[in-house]
Amino acid sequence: MRSLSEIETAVKRASRAVGFSWGNSEEVGKSVRQLELFGLKGIKNLNQYYKEKETKKFEDLNLISETNETSLEAYCPIILGISFLDQIKTIENFKTIKFKKVAYPILFLSFLSRASEISGKKIHAVFDQTEILLNLNVNISSNFFNQEFPEFANEIEIKFIDNKDNFNDLDWNSLYKLAEDTFVEESDSLKQGAAGAGLTDND
Amino acid sequence: MKVELRDPNTIMKLSRLGSFHQSKLSFLRSFLSEFKDWEYKRDLFNLDQNGYGEAVYSFKKKDRVYSLVCFANEIKDEERSDRVIATKWDAAFTLHDGTPNSEDIDRLKNEVPKQEVGRLSFKELTLSRANKSVRVFNHVVESLSEGNQPDLDLLSKVGYLYRTTAVYGSGKFGLADRFRIKNREEINGPFRLEMMLVYLVRQFTFDQVNHVAYFKNPKKAVKLDNKICKNLGIGNSTGLGMAPFIVNHPTLLNNWILSRETALKKIREIRIVKKEESELFKDCVKQSLKNITSWNTDSEYQQIKIKSLLNDVEKFIKYIENDFDFEIEYPFNEIYLWLEKNSCEECIEYVVSIMMEPYNKITQPLVSNMSSDEDKYFNIPTTRTIKELKDIIETRYQNILNIDFDKKENYQNFWFISKNKEEPRLADRFVEHGSELEQPLAIARDIKKLYEILLSEKDNLTVAQFLSVNSELRHVVRRAFIIEKFPYSEIQDNTISKSIVPIDMLRLKLSFFGALKFDPRSDKWLRICMFQGAPLPNELKNYDEQWVYKTIN
Repeated sequence: MRSLSEIETAVKRASRAVGFSWGNSEEVGKSVRQLELFGLKGIKNLNQYYKEKETKKFEDLNLISETNETSLEAYCPIILGISFLDQIKTIENFKTIKFKKVAYPILFLSFLSRASEISGKKIHAVFDQTEILLNLNVNISSNFFNQEFPEFANEIEIKFIDNKDNFNDLDWNSLYKLAEDTFVEESDSLKQGAAGAGLTDND
Repeated sequence: MKVELRDPNTIMKLSRLGSFHQSKLSFLRSFLSEFKDWEYKRDLFNLDQNGYGEAVYSFKKKDRVYSLVCFANEIKDEERSDRVIATKWDAAFTLHDGTPNSEDIDRLKNEVPKQEVGRLSFKELTLSRANKSVRVFNHVVESLSEGNQPDLDLLSKVGYLYRTTAVYGSGKFGLADRFRIKNREEINGPFRLEMMLVYLVRQFTFDQVNHVAYFKNPKKAVKLDNKICKNLGIGNSTGLGMAPFIVNHPTLLNNWILSRETALKKIREIRIVKKEESELFKDCVKQSLKNITSWNTDSEYQQIKIKSLLNDVEKFIKYIENDFDFEIEYPFNEIYLWLEKNSCEECIEYVVSIMMEPYNKITQPLVSNMSSDEDKYFNIPTTRTIKELKDIIETRYQNILNIDFDKKENYQNFWFISKNKEEPRLADRFVEHGSELEQPLAIARDIKKLYEILLSEKDNLTVAQFLSVNSELRHVVRRAFIIEKFPYSEIQDNTISKSIVPIDMLRLKLSFFGALKFDPRSDKWLRICMFQGAPLPNELKNYDEQWVYKTIN
């Protein structure tokens, strides 16, 4: 089994070899390491992408807007991912972000995952029939596990999910009531000796 | 009195970093301190009469066990090489997480002796190999088998029976990634498992030499005296492979240096020094002269440094014995200021290291600050502005901005990874081919280039906007934001100049390991000795913490 450290180093060097700058290659190394840690096929897809890159000129998207459409080849998932990461604080205010034609979308996912951590919000990504939840770079959940990720996405739609509870008040109150069963009723004398007792709080 | 931390622009120059010496903060000393109350055991010793076979040594505490698995092999003299291109070694080792079962040992027997071309698993933590100092090993076997102890003069000249030629960890060749074990309290210090491996290897070398001597002449053979064992360490040959590490791990480098600088600052701020503290300090300085006078090297470069160190340490001893009163306030501050005025860099750093000896209460808490969660500082804060980035560079890289990179001698060399062994190398870009594949280790040149480009950019531009069209400078933009928080994270020197002395980079790292007796064999590799004078495993529960200064060799 390859260690994550070996994976990161080899990916960084390979990315440099195919023409990315050292700084961008470091980003790819970190991202593919993360994909492999989450059990996704980062190495396999990166390898295929770099092979395809020899013959195709993928489009670099350096400035992200709400709708992004390329008239030429598909977007390079790496430059797209790095731009997304770098511009996260600006684009997190967009309601939705759409990208038409993205090559090897799984590679883009790893950057989305890191962007989710930076922005402090979960990211919901939908492409074709695939739904993915990027959870603050702690994990990636999807309805697509155990299947091959597509090599191409016609359209990716991204939404930032506001931080809110996953449950309603009824569920919470019911559970909290159970938790209260671990508390002890305080006697009056103990109440009088507790922190702040006997003082005016208006001083 | 408040003493400022020393200026990174001075301390992080290569000549200063290359003058560092071991101290209480060194990893081999903090390893011994951490593991002193662990249970040490030799679990397996299955060598034939020539000393070939396998052995297992362990440290155990509660449910945690670390086991060194050793494989000693027969090799021909012509196969023995300390160079990284070697493919066979006298012995190969791995530190296994837990107690290895027979299947593990069979698996490791197949892989460990192959080193870089073998595959380890997440159950292994570190990997190493070592060669005999044949001259010393054979002499010791001869002597012991005849019932005599070996010639101490010969032992003193070399200082070890074996020298390692590489020690690998952190995920190399399939070894466990650091993240798998980083929450273990006992290894909360850099290179602790590498230190454990070397320490246990040292014991294996004594057991092996005794074993071979016994089978050579069972009737007459005696064991190597424990006092002699104690004064033998493990040698190490180290080349350029180590140099890029300190460039590639900026926050870690900062934490090492910052701990040392913090210790010095706190010691200089001590108003009254107790008699026993000043006596311990003086005693260590005087005793340490033996380490300098027994420091053998053929390197003219090192000989000059040793000579000047010896002169200055002797001058310093005269000063503290005759002209200095430890009863004044802030005596260590006075001493430090005197050293700055009267001593060479090597001597300043030598005495700074010894100043820490009486102050466990200062050094102990710092040891746990010497690791780093590097991933935490990887992301670039891209909402910051170009003005802020420029300010950081002007403040933190003052010396670097003064280097003229249009001059050939300032970019003469380049760092690359060799195809044969995947090891870092340094070469003259005007003589050797391959500079187009240069590694990103010319930080000074790239920072200066970044700064020059920034000068023509608008101040309110964001870093994200800048990077969208300047991706080739991303690696140094990242570093600039790291140095903003970590002032000692960067070598304040030119790592590709014609005049670079790469062994300064090696010495820095080795001093933090706790190595002694730097012996440069060229400007690109050196030999050192580790654990010479250190307590033996069965003495760990109660040992003299100043053992470094008390070797008899």
